[in-house]
Amino acid sequence: MRVLMFGWEFPPHIAGGLGTACYGLTRGLARNGVEVIFVVPKAYGDEDQRFIRVVNASDVDAVYRSGEADSEIWRNVKFMEINSNMVPYISPEQFERERSRSEKVGEVHHEGDVWRERYNFSGKYGANLMEEVARYALVARQVAIELEGQFDVIHAHDWLTYYAGIAAKEVSGKPLVVHMHATEYDRSGENINTQTYAIERGGMEAADLVMAVSNLTRNIIINKYGIPAEKVITVHNAVRFADNDQEVERGVKDKIVTFLGRITYQKGPDYFVEAAAKVLKRTPNVRFVMAGSGDMMNHVIRRVARLGIADKFHFTGFLKGADVQKMFALSDVYVMPSVSEPFGISPLEAMRSNVPTIISKQSGVAEVLDYAVKVDYWDVDAMADAIYGLVTYPALGELFARKGLEEVNGLKWNTAAAKIKEGYERVINQMNNKN
Amino acid sequence: MKTVCLYFQVHQPLRLKTYRFFNMGKDHNYLDVSANRSIMQRVAAECYLPMNNLLLRLIKENEGAFKVTFSISGLAIEQFRSYTPEVLDSFRELAKTGCVEFLAESYSHSLSSLISPEEFKKEVEAHTALMKEEFGYTPTSFRNTELIYSDVIGEQVAAMGFKAMLAEGARHVLGWKSPNFVYANSLEQKLRVLLRNYKLSDDIAFRFSNQGWGEYPLTAEKYAGWIADENTTGEVVNLFMDYETFGEHQKASSGIFDFVASLPKAMLATGALKFGTVTETAAANQPTGVLYCTHAMSWADEERDVTAWLGNELQNEAFGKLYGLQEKVHELNNEDFNYVWNFMKASDHFYYMATKWFSDGDVHSYFNPYDSAYNAFINYMNVLSDFANEIEIALAEKE
Repeated sequence: MRVLMFGWEFPPHIAGGLGTACYGLTRGLARNGVEVIFVVPKAYGDEDQRFIRVVNASDVDAVYRSGEADSEIWRNVKFMEINSNMVPYISPEQFERERSRSEKVGEVHHEGDVWRERYNFSGKYGANLMEEVARYALVARQVAIELEGQFDVIHAHDWLTYYAGIAAKEVSGKPLVVHMHATEYDRSGENINTQTYAIERGGMEAADLVMAVSNLTRNIIINKYGIPAEKVITVHNAVRFADNDQEVERGVKDKIVTFLGRITYQKGPDYFVEAAAKVLKRTPNVRFVMAGSGDMMNHVIRRVARLGIADKFHFTGFLKGADVQKMFALSDVYVMPSVSEPFGISPLEAMRSNVPTIISKQSGVAEVLDYAVKVDYWDVDAMADAIYGLVTYPALGELFARKGLEEVNGLKWNTAAAKIKEGYERVINQMNNKN
Repeated sequence: MKTVCLYFQVHQPLRLKTYRFFNMGKDHNYLDVSANRSIMQRVAAECYLPMNNLLLRLIKENEGAFKVTFSISGLAIEQFRSYTPEVLDSFRELAKTGCVEFLAESYSHSLSSLISPEEFKKEVEAHTALMKEEFGYTPTSFRNTELIYSDVIGEQVAAMGFKAMLAEGARHVLGWKSPNFVYANSLEQKLRVLLRNYKLSDDIAFRFSNQGWGEYPLTAEKYAGWIADENTTGEVVNLFMDYETFGEHQKASSGIFDFVASLPKAMLATGALKFGTVTETAAANQPTGVLYCTHAMSWADEERDVTAWLGNELQNEAFGKLYGLQEKVHELNNEDFNYVWNFMKASDHFYYMATKWFSDGDVHSYFNPYDSAYNAFINYMNVLSDFANEIEIALAEKE
């Protein structure tokens, strides 16, 4: 079985979790005997191609046929400025950096025939994202033509690549699978960006099968996008760990309770603060750390100051690379109070570092974990109780840490990939039966 | 004959380095040594040394007719000792002329007077001892951090034996009254209060190099003329400003040093003006009235209150947590801890946490090492948390 896959990023050049998830998933597929051609807007040449073949969309000449401007894709796309909420898995710093950089790239290079244009994709989440999304579709059409006969199914990851997936399906007639790593509702709450919503919905309607990263996401897809339930399957993410366990010397004796993620509405940072204040009322030997940054950061800092707990509640700012591991290694409890989390990899990383974890019931990862304390994100009393219990009764914390590690080690991409492969087989059979 | 009272404030805080959560418990060096050194050396070269030399020359030329008053914070002196001892030498030269008065103040340029009379007194005593040690000089008058003043603070200052104190000629306190007279504290009328003429002071401190200002360029003759003019009523004209005005806020290229160089002659030539130090001026003029100031005022911002330091929840939280350590620090009475305690109290840290940066943003951002009030708060609290932690450890060891 061969799959033509459209992504937006691929390790090592990633801004967030999408690329990491795609990497784990393609490895798993390779182990399951599936050949993957992975198209990214911009390939750098140093991608790990042991398991897949990476195609750089920036190297493909997109041919503009007459009447191209009237095509379905172009009609539905308006170029627009984007805001950071639209993009999954990206930090505000990253967004700022990319936005300023994207002003420099993204020019069309005319090489000879004006109807043959090679577009230099940034492959980032820049200000001209919508334009890149549309151009990516043009390139995808060309890729699908050139690779004719080399794939049996098309797989597109997140809304950024849906137009590409649809275009490839149009020219090849192969079945399309779209993968929802996050929905617009997760990113923006109820105040959704209607353009993104329309692309997501259009992509899922055009697809033969929709994969959701959790039942939570699957329900949103069915209820808020009106996609027929039988067309949507859940494939829980897994996690791959690099072996970079580091021993970190602890500076403070107090127990450390950590929140790590973007400080945005979606991640529920304010509930963490309220729970912290409750815990600190009962026991002084705990420190809370909020690692990350985001549009709610100043609001959260003010709230911490007002609650009078700023000497026990610390902010690290945005953490990168080794500092993330260091933060996990220093933590005694990890809390993910997300208001809405399609999946949520970070608790798995915490558990992998032997840290007992509290997660919100409104997260996809809650569906696959038994040895994590689960609370409603808004129930700060329950959250405070759980934190208090884990830091005060060592036996409880140790149990969760030990069992949690076993559990997280059991989450394999191979298993997830097998399920994805089944999905491929299903749509290929459907297609064959139709013809 | 009106008395012109020139007073300059000299202060540099010890700036904190970027101190992250990961540093806590391991790293107890909180200061950005290289920034503190380079700023001190720069300001010394651009302001303190050239201005001290100029003042010394003017004092000698005018043979006792030209007088100035200084206050130098304890933290500034500490840094002079470490980075620019030549500045201390030049202040000693000035002290020897007999035409220069040094005021007492809070050692740390702190806000202690707003929260703890005990800590306030300790700081003033420490600063007085420092003045004696460095300049062989015992201050007789007082000025509080950023001219913070209230009836109660004045009363405490009087109880410490000072004769006069400086304050802002704030409109909301003075009402129709003029700052150009000597006033008495309302609770302890022995204490005389000199009020800053902010209009004339800011003509130099803020407007001197502003080419959009109607009076630009300001000459010493024009300025002396305004003060000598009979429309400028009163007996004393108090020109109080940051010493860094000369060469830092107003660069040498603006002609500020030439202005100062011509000022004594221009003032004295009017025949209506003389110079006086703070104590001298306060003693020579009977108070015309009692100054009522129930709420603390200062010379900062449009509001002339203390909201530049204690105006939002970040500042209040940091302030409360800092002074929560007071008793423990004194119980320890350890040199290293006192050193940190002193620089942590500096009002500047709280100034960096201000969020009301509109009209006065420029002033707030001057010398400000942080890009936002929130970062200033986070960094300060990280240092403070580690310091508090170390205090607990030291106290436990002591027992």
